[in-house]
Amino acid sequence: MRKFIRVIAAAAVLMLGAGLSQAADWSKVRIGVEGAYPPFSWVEADGTLKGFDIDVANALCKEMGAECTLVQQDWDGIIPSLLAKKYDAIIASMSITPERKKKVAFSNKYYNTPAKFARMKGSGIEITKEGLAGKTVGVQRATTHDSFITAEFGDAVTIKRYGTQDEAYLDAVSGRIDLLLADSVAMDDGFLNTDNGKDWEFVGPDFIEEKYFGPGAGIAMRQEDTDLVEKFNAAIAAIRANGTYEAINKKYFEFDVYGD
Amino acid sequence: MRFKDKCDAWGLPNDPIDFSAIVCNLPLYLEGLWVTVQLVVMALAIGLILAVPVALLASSRSIWIKALPKAFIYFFRGTPLLVQMFLIYYGFGQFEAIRESFLWPIFREAYWCALIAFTLNTAGYTAEMLRGAIEQTPFGEIEAAKACGMSGALIYRQIILPSAFRRALPAYGNEVIFMLHGSAVAGVITIIDLFGAARIVNSRYFVPFESYITAGLFYLIMTFALIWLFKRLEHRWHAYLRPRET
Repeated sequence: MRKFIRVIAAAAVLMLGAGLSQAADWSKVRIGVEGAYPPFSWVEADGTLKGFDIDVANALCKEMGAECTLVQQDWDGIIPSLLAKKYDAIIASMSITPERKKKVAFSNKYYNTPAKFARMKGSGIEITKEGLAGKTVGVQRATTHDSFITAEFGDAVTIKRYGTQDEAYLDAVSGRIDLLLADSVAMDDGFLNTDNGKDWEFVGPDFIEEKYFGPGAGIAMRQEDTDLVEKFNAAIAAIRANGTYEAINKKYFEFDVYGD
Repeated sequence: MRFKDKCDAWGLPNDPIDFSAIVCNLPLYLEGLWVTVQLVVMALAIGLILAVPVALLASSRSIWIKALPKAFIYFFRGTPLLVQMFLIYYGFGQFEAIRESFLWPIFREAYWCALIAFTLNTAGYTAEMLRGAIEQTPFGEIEAAKACGMSGALIYRQIILPSAFRRALPAYGNEVIFMLHGSAVAGVITIIDLFGAARIVNSRYFVPFESYITAGLFYLIMTFALIWLFKRLEHRWHAYLRPRET
């Protein structure tokens, strides 16, 4: 029995050692992605992950010379799972915000696009405090859009919060919500330009205030992994410089999503 | 029912366990608790009323009479509550005919969709329990009632149903608790019930342990209250089964 315990203990120490050494050199990186946020990430019918975020993730890994595994994770649990070490980085169009920075470290931005409202064509809703009064707005829960609408219009509107952006689109089609608030690019490609969203249109100005939306979307990592943050920053700069970013950008968008 | 950010400062410390986000959002939990109580109480009440005729029809000897209620019971016991709720909430919303109809104001609201799903689900389970209890009625009781000259309706009202309710009571107590726990699925379709509140707090402050354990405690307290209530009811309704006190 004692020998058995010793073997188990030795195995545990070995495994722990392997875990630590793996964490040190970042030759293998596990990346958390969402998979329900077209055109940035979605799941194909055969189960493969596709989209801008996915292509960027693969390009960055190639640049860093790391072997990457993509892990699909629901938005609600995407930060807790990072902290629980289920993966080492999040590439899921996550806006860099002060409140998230309290829990995770961010790379520099890898794109920045404004938020916008959408309404049903012919509804005539205007984006003012009076125009929004009593209306129902759909957002994805715990996004910058959720924080923005809660803080700025929380008293005037009813907010419906969804686990994924796709669910919000579904309820927009069936007429359960009067307005959508989301990233303009995601909504344009993921909804308005699809058959489902043909009766909907953008309304109101671009929202890009840094207070709510931050400097753009970045890669989130655990705060102690400062070396990984540096590696990702270097890789972002490299793919921006060598044309890889531009090639991926062109595949999905007609304009530069990196912003100024 | 609106979420207001009661914690003005997002500056929550990075302690391993930190309940400050829960404390600031306690009103949100209480609002959620109230929604859960409403949904469960209404679903159980309407479900029980629906279950009685369904159980009576299902315990009929004629295949024609019992076919439909049996199918109802099989469907709602045979599929997960989450599937039933998605079918009503997302599924019905797909059809133009329903969206154009007078029913849409009801199906438009997540709250009513959840209530309908919960009601039909608990009606299915309760009907099956009652059907079993009705079929277990001792022949002697019915023969005695007939010998006393009671009519069919009177036998049902005075003999079969009261004793069936008594026999079904312990199983029904479990069903009530299952319904309470099952009601957490309402949080998935934008309703801010107890679980929905926990999800909002978790996703804002990234405190999954604290937010879900708090919801769990509320469910636990309600469950204990229900267990106590059904113990009292059984004490009263099953008084004839207790050893006689001298």
